[in-house]
Amino acid sequence: MKKLSEFAIGETGKVVTISAETKIRRRLLDMGVTPGVEIYLRKKAPLGDPIEITIRGYELTLRKTEADCIEMEATK
Amino acid sequence: MKRFALAGNPNSGKTTLFNILTGSTAHVGNWPGVTVDKREGTYKKLDEPVSIVDLPGIYSLSPYTPEEVVSRNYILDEKPDCVINIVDSTNLERNLYLTTQVLEMDVPVVIALNMIDMLEKQGDKINAEELEKRLGVPVVEISALKGTGVDEVMQRAYKACESARKGTTVLENCELFHLIRDVRIALQGQKIDNPLFHAIKLVENDEIEVKMHPETIGMVEEFKKTFTNDLFGTDFECLVADARYKYISDNYSPLLNKKQKGIKHSHSDKIDKVLTNKWAGIPIFLVILFAMFHLTFGEDFLYLGTIFNLPELNMAEGIGRDLVACFYDGAIFSPGVVLFNLMDLLTSTIFGAITGLIESWGASAAVSGLIGSVFDGIGGVLSFVPQVVFLLLLLAILEDTGYMARVAFILDRIFRRFGVSGRAFIPMVMGFGCSVPAIVNTRTLADERERTLTIRSIPFFTCGAKLPILLAVSGAIVTAFGIGNADIITYSMYVIGVLVAAVTIILMRSTTQRGEVAPFIMELPEYRLPRLKSLAVLLWDKAKHYIQKVFTVILASSILVWFLSNFGWDWKICEIDQSILASIGKFIQPIFTPLGFGSQLGSFGWVFAVAAILGLIAKENVLAAFLTIASVLMGMVASGDLTWVNPEVLSPEVLAELETLIASGEFSENGYEVIAMIAATGIDWPGLISFIVFNMTTIPCFAAVAAARGELGKGKKTTLTILFWLATSFVVSAITYVICTMIATWSLWSIIVSAVIVVLAVASVFIIRAYNKKHPIKSN
Repeated sequence: MKKLSEFAIGETGKVVTISAETKIRRRLLDMGVTPGVEIYLRKKAPLGDPIEITIRGYELTLRKTEADCIEMEATK
Repeated sequence: MKRFALAGNPNSGKTTLFNILTGSTAHVGNWPGVTVDKREGTYKKLDEPVSIVDLPGIYSLSPYTPEEVVSRNYILDEKPDCVINIVDSTNLERNLYLTTQVLEMDVPVVIALNMIDMLEKQGDKINAEELEKRLGVPVVEISALKGTGVDEVMQRAYKACESARKGTTVLENCELFHLIRDVRIALQGQKIDNPLFHAIKLVENDEIEVKMHPETIGMVEEFKKTFTNDLFGTDFECLVADARYKYISDNYSPLLNKKQKGIKHSHSDKIDKVLTNKWAGIPIFLVILFAMFHLTFGEDFLYLGTIFNLPELNMAEGIGRDLVACFYDGAIFSPGVVLFNLMDLLTSTIFGAITGLIESWGASAAVSGLIGSVFDGIGGVLSFVPQVVFLLLLLAILEDTGYMARVAFILDRIFRRFGVSGRAFIPMVMGFGCSVPAIVNTRTLADERERTLTIRSIPFFTCGAKLPILLAVSGAIVTAFGIGNADIITYSMYVIGVLVAAVTIILMRSTTQRGEVAPFIMELPEYRLPRLKSLAVLLWDKAKHYIQKVFTVILASSILVWFLSNFGWDWKICEIDQSILASIGKFIQPIFTPLGFGSQLGSFGWVFAVAAILGLIAKENVLAAFLTIASVLMGMVASGDLTWVNPEVLSPEVLAELETLIASGEFSENGYEVIAMIAATGIDWPGLISFIVFNMTTIPCFAAVAAARGELGKGKKTTLTILFWLATSFVVSAITYVICTMIATWSLWSIIVSAVIVVLAVASVFIIRAYNKKHPIKSN
């Protein structure tokens, strides 16, 4: 298990839990970040933060602080 | 009339569909959240006309941002006859997540599977008939862009709204369904509409619902005590969201037949490799920003004139020369400047011809004077319309391609240091076009503090209406004082505006608006080519807006300024210096003394005070007031009266040039109005720079104040925002004036005052820091 914020570019994994505070967690869930979903870390912004992920077939960007709350299981 | 509401995810094509259905010209963008308020239009191809309501895009019916509340409340309270749910078929799972919630309401629903052409282009296929069966509501494949399938959607919606529909849910197999059912029955007993929808939201512990049904929430709390789930504990919100997505991926996603499995690498990816590249991303952004401004008001396109030392235009006088001079005079002009020159030539030719015609009819001096100054006022502002619209076009292209969303991505890290998220960049950059839509767009920001901060800083992003002041005054500074370069002055004014925004945001973040930076969770849309049709619509819209403003507000204030500057308190025509306007201006003039354009000025100094005050209504008024009053001065030149010229302010060469111009009768040519004001008032260049800065940082216009009030509410916040703008403009222009004076003169007082300013600034930083350390923010 490791956090999404610790993923390297090109790494893929499955979400295990989301531990963010209520409002942020709600938003993440609405955007499709739910347990079991596959996330591919596509890119990092020029200054290393925020990050861009592919999830459920679309691109989502979030900060490292938000990615810090997402526990992942790396698949590759 | 029946009402159909368009609901769907942001950027799923609702506005495009709305425009097709209603023949309207609403603006379509390519970032999530272009529509922030609902809009209505009429569809006429059915048996009866139907009203279409375009709602802001939402990801969920649990509201997170204010514009999501607009959509939710509309469907619940206004009870449309049918909801047309637009689903982006290239992004099926996330779009259907909203659908599962819409279906829980007791309202007829029709699904419009949009962007089906894009899906087919990718080689994918969707089984729409089976989807219709599983969802239990009509599903129609459409392409809003090409207009296919849209009439079928309307026909099926028209049919669907004939019979009532009861809400259905995908949560029937969820372990919470017993609770949902019990709460629903309780709500039904209370005769509440949409019981299923409210029951689910209540179980989810949705803030709004808990407040609405305090007597029923007890049931949920009771149930919670006996319930546990391995993964989510008693976090029902998570449980429900998870159950929805699970149901979607088990039952709906298999209907999509994907040609390419796994993670796709689209063309967006290749573009992103360059545009958001680790090293090149930020430099590319800066180059694009510079190119945008250079294309709009570069007097020396690509610096070809300087590089190749191109010769001055040498042609015989006449219309031919005038036309060529619009494109080239010692340097090739940038497209924006060419547009300005052409429009300027057009308006001055037409207005000149009309004035000539009226004079040939033997109109009295007063009448031709009125017409002359009004034409100068509105003509001067009108000339800038194409240039301003050109800048808006460039902004729209960046937006339409999807680049703007990437900029938010690139800049978030930097913006966070100032206390706002990268998302705030979007309304801010819109502020370069016009403050009003920019302020309205802040509704897409989820955090209230961030919204307040952004609204307050938007005027500092120099809008299109301020650009003419900037160009005219900086041009005049160069001509009259022979210093600097108009381009550089213009650019640095933009930079000063951005700096003021940055400093005030930091200041507010550490005083009145303390708190954590809002989270940054945003969808990045695919890149696409800008769509000519939507750009054309936008241009037409903006041009219309400006021209309307010219012929209403500006025309009215030009007439008013002419009247007030030609009549005395005894209602008789008098010298301009004895006029009503002059006495009002002289009364308020002292306020502006610390800013460099107050009492220290000569005989016509009150003009600056008047222009600054009129500018609070609309920034176009500033230049219009100058032009109207300058035209009175021009009249004095024509009659040989040169007593108003202040010889000591202008450099000897400029003065000599001015005298030659007056002698040859060419002084009345455009571009000399501000020079005339300089010559008449004796203002120095620090005063002029301070004047520009004041106009750039103060209340932008009445329309923007109204927009801010719409977003912040009628109370204290709006009043404070207005005071904040006034205070900022006074402080910043005073500082600008002192520092510029120091550079210009190195006089003792200016050095002392500058030093005091620096000391005060440093001291306040320490005081604020110490205070904040002593009073840490309570975490919420």
